[in-house]
Parts: sequence; structure tokens; C-alpha cells
Amino acid sequence: MNAMAGNYTTEDGRKIGGVMMEMRNITLRFGGVEAIKDISFDILEGEIRAIIGPNGAGKSSMLNVISGFYHPQEGEVWFHGAKRPSMKPYQVAQQGIARTFQNIALFDGMSVLDNIMTGRLTHMKTGLLSQALWRGAAEREEVANREFVEKIIDFLEIQHIRKTPVGRLPYGLKKRVELARALAAEPKLLLLDEPMAGMNVEEKEDMSRYILDTNDEFGTTIALIEHDMGVVMDLSDRVVVMDYGRKIGDGTPDDVRNNQDVIDAYLGVSHD
Amino acid sequence: MPDTVLFAAEVTLNGLMAGVLYSLVALGFVLIFKASGIFNYAQGVMALFAALTLVGIMEGQVPFSHLINAIFGTNIHHFGWHVPAVLAIVLTVGLMVVFAWGVNHFLMRHLVNQEPIILFMATIGLAFFLEGVGDLMWGSDIKTLDIGLPQGINETIDRVTFDAFGYGLFIDNLDIVATIIAVILVVALVLFSQYTKQGRALRAVADDHQAALSVGISLNYIWVLVWSIAGFVALVAGIMWGAKSGVQFSLSLIALKALPVLMLGGFTSIPGAIIGGLIIGVGEKLFEFFIGPLVGGATENWFAYVLALLFLVFRPQGLFGEKIIERV
Repeated sequence: MNAMAGNYTTEDGRKIGGVMMEMRNITLRFGGVEAIKDISFDILEGEIRAIIGPNGAGKSSMLNVISGFYHPQEGEVWFHGAKRPSMKPYQVAQQGIARTFQNIALFDGMSVLDNIMTGRLTHMKTGLLSQALWRGAAEREEVANREFVEKIIDFLEIQHIRKTPVGRLPYGLKKRVELARALAAEPKLLLLDEPMAGMNVEEKEDMSRYILDTNDEFGTTIALIEHDMGVVMDLSDRVVVMDYGRKIGDGTPDDVRNNQDVIDAYLGVSHD
Repeated sequence: MPDTVLFAAEVTLNGLMAGVLYSLVALGFVLIFKASGIFNYAQGVMALFAALTLVGIMEGQVPFSHLINAIFGTNIHHFGWHVPAVLAIVLTVGLMVVFAWGVNHFLMRHLVNQEPIILFMATIGLAFFLEGVGDLMWGSDIKTLDIGLPQGINETIDRVTFDAFGYGLFIDNLDIVATIIAVILVVALVLFSQYTKQGRALRAVADDHQAALSVGISLNYIWVLVWSIAGFVALVAGIMWGAKSGVQFSLSLIALKALPVLMLGGFTSIPGAIIGGLIIGVGEKLFEFFIGPLVGGATENWFAYVLALLFLVFRPQGLFGEKIIERV
């Protein structure tokens, strides 16, 4: 089994396909600070890919490059075998890449249902006039999308808070609603920025299960950033390790765990 | 029934009708403020510009005729045709959409993530610019706007109340029409923002720009949409004020009356804008009626502002505004 080449079946029977997204020699600078230095890696169709590293390693920056919030000074982003031109975040979303944020970005004033419905916007094609008249196509479209959203709500077990304004929810549920909104877009690639940050053990287990189920049931490719090593090693098929903007490791959880550079970055190196 | 009560009732009703017009202007402010956090000082001038354009198109006026005549020594002023009101309104709405696009493309797009005060200054600039363009395009003379709305005393109400109380209430037909149109407009806006995908996107942008981007909403599209809707509301307000008191440049000053309305209702609440407008409308008429004679009259000029000042002291978020809670 050669994980790097793609097109294999995992031990638990999931099919991993060819390269979906490829980052080639990405360099991102903020003024004089190099947040990402010449990093290349790829994400295979159907896999769960983790990006790990100590604080300030450039993980979130990398996710922001993929989702179009940051534009790297050097390097290329390849998606489905074609070089992606410089894109705005909303265009990236329309391409089928959904994401969640480290600090939760939900629409606080709107209900859970409305929040998740915004995730369907990229699937709603009827124009302004038809929507304004609220007849025929627009109505059918709303109903169909509403049905899909109900499926997501069932899947993530948030039926009971459907009508609650998001601003009133506790942290853990907000994280779950944000995942629901991303899933509602039926993304090809799902980016999760620290989906388990600030959660207790039980909430982390729930979230892990949802991530695995998403990957399993919908076949969604997932790239995630996470600090909890145990979680990362359990969840992911392959791991990229970053430190100070550089890539210091890339491979299966086992490869990474035994990589001396990675151990040094996490535990520090003794200078004797 | 004593005369005072009847007078007061008449004054209240007229106040409500005047309040509707304040509400219409305030509504335009709220729409833009909610979606983009911009306090659009130019909203009043937009109403003026829309009304000027509507009259200009209907009368078949040549735009920029003074400028053209001055440069080429010609003497043109009218095309010599009259455009039906409905068609002229459609054309004006079209122009307001182009204007909305222009505002976003040439102004707001370049000011993303700037401080609110900078955006505010930009809209002051926009107000002066638009006033100048309006003057240059259509001339500065006072114009009458007649799109066939009924005007003058409503005879039915007059007769019925006269039979009932022995005193006929004076209600202007135009005010009744304005009220009906305002109600339709507000209901339509609320339905639009609650039940359409564009409305949902609009509320999403109002709430969180970053999150809106991440679900595939183009901010530019939404801003053009919002400014277009605000332009449309401005046109409706412009038509009503114009029909009432002629299209003149002092129309842009009604924007200032919208300020106390917003302080009362809260900058982010559509119902707040409506109710704020009604309270100011009724309040200033009743105050003038009861207290005015005691202090020498002319209270309508300042009553709204004093009321707004009191609100700023005791309830800064307005009646319906979101309460600002700081978590420490």
C-alpha cells in the first residue's frame, strides 16, 4: 500500500482516489514576515488530511490560502488537475470548497436553520426576479434545499435547536452549526480550522465521529487543522507537519510520529 | 364631543401621515446601515435626485442642457415629448440601479475595511456630488411632480366625520396614498429579506462579512443590491415629498429629519424606522398644537431633535436597536 500515490483502499474500506488539490511551492508573506515558506503538498480525493504544527506555524494561513482569503506571493494552487487563478473567497466557495473558522464565524442574528440555509446559496440558481415573485422555480428550489438542510440537521443531531438564534447557543453547539452550514454546501473539499478547539473530551468524541461519518457517508474530502495529537492521529489518513512556516513532515500518522524533526518541533531539542 | 379632542384627533392623524414620510426616508438609511455598517448621509439627496430624474424624464427635459448650451452655444432644453409616469418610474429605477453600481464600483469597493467615520465622510462627499450632478443635469428650479396621485381633502372622511361629530376631519388624499404605499413597501421588504435567497444573503452579509464570503456570497453583488433597494426607497420617498411640496433642493434636507427618527427607532431596525417616524410625526404635531401657543410656536423645527437628544441620554440604542452588551 503506497499512500502517497493515491488510488488505494484504506483498512476500514474507504476508497481514496487521485489528487484533488495540490499546493505547489506556496510562499506567503505579510510584509517582512514569511508565514509560509515554499510549501508543497497534495490532498487526495476522499481522504482526511491533517495539517498540524505548533502555534504560529502557519497552519491557518495555509487554510486561508486554500479558501482564497489569502493570496500567496509565490506558488500555485492546483484543483482537479487545473491551475487555479487568483480567486476571491466566494468564488472558491462556489467551486465546492467549504470551510469553518477557528473563531466561529456564524450569523448570530439568524436562526440555526437560516444559518444552514445560507450554506445552500451556491446551489440556488433562480434569479432575483423569480425570487422576488416567489413563484414556481424559486419556491420549488427553496423546498428542495430545505429538505437537504433537514437531512444535515438530522445527521448532526441538532433538531432541537433548529429555530434558536445562533447567538444564544453554547460554544460546542455553535461549532456544530458551523459544520452543518459547511456540509449544507455539499462540498467536494471541506476545510476545518481547529474543529475541536476549546471542547471537552465528550464534545471532541462527538465531533470526531461527525467528521469520520461525513467522510464515510458523503465521501467528502477533508483537510483539517487540529492541536489534539490523539485526535489527529486517530482521524487522519495523512498528516502535514508545519513549523515556523516550513514543512517538516508529511506522511501517514505513523511516519510522522517517528519523524525526528517533528519530535524536535513539539518537544524541543536539547542543546548539550 | 369637545372641539379640542377633535382637533387633537385631526392633528394626530395628520401627524401619522407626515410620520410615514419620515419613516420612508429613515428606511433607506436603515437598509444600508444594516447591510454594510455605512451611515449613508446621501440618502436624502438620493431621494431628491430620484425625484428630479423622474420629473426630468416625464417632461422630456434634455439632461445637462445648461452645460450643453453653454459649451456649444445651442438653445436646447426639451425633447418635446412626454413620457408616461409608469415608464418614467421604470426608467428612473433603472438609473438608480446604475447609480448603485457606480457607488459601489467607484467608491465603496475601495473603502472596504475602513473606519466607519471614513465611510461616513465618503457619503457626505457623495451627497454633495449628487446634489451638484442633479443641479447640472436637470436645473435648479422648483418643479411640480404630478404622476396622477390623488391630492386634496378626502371628501368621504370629511363628510362621514362631519355627520358623526359635527366636525369634518381634514385628511389629504396624498397622505393616505403615501401611507398605503409605505405599508406595501415595508411588507414587501420584510418578505423579501426573510424568504428569498437574496434576502438571506443580505442578512448574512449584514451579520458577518467573512462568514458570508465563506458560503459563496459576493459582497459586491449584495452591496449593489442594497444600494439599489435604498435607491428605490429613495425614489418612493422622493415621489411622495415631491408630490406634496414640489421637487426642490430643500428636499435633501428632509434627510436631517430622518436622523432623530433613527435615534428613536434604532439604526438597525426596520420596524424601528417606521415607528420612530410615526412618533416624531405625531409628536411634533401634537406638541405644536398643545405647547406651541405657550412658547410662541415654531416648535416643529426643533421638537424632533430634542426628543432624539433625550433618547440619546436615556436609551442610546433606540427603541428597537440591538442592545450593546460588552462581555468582559
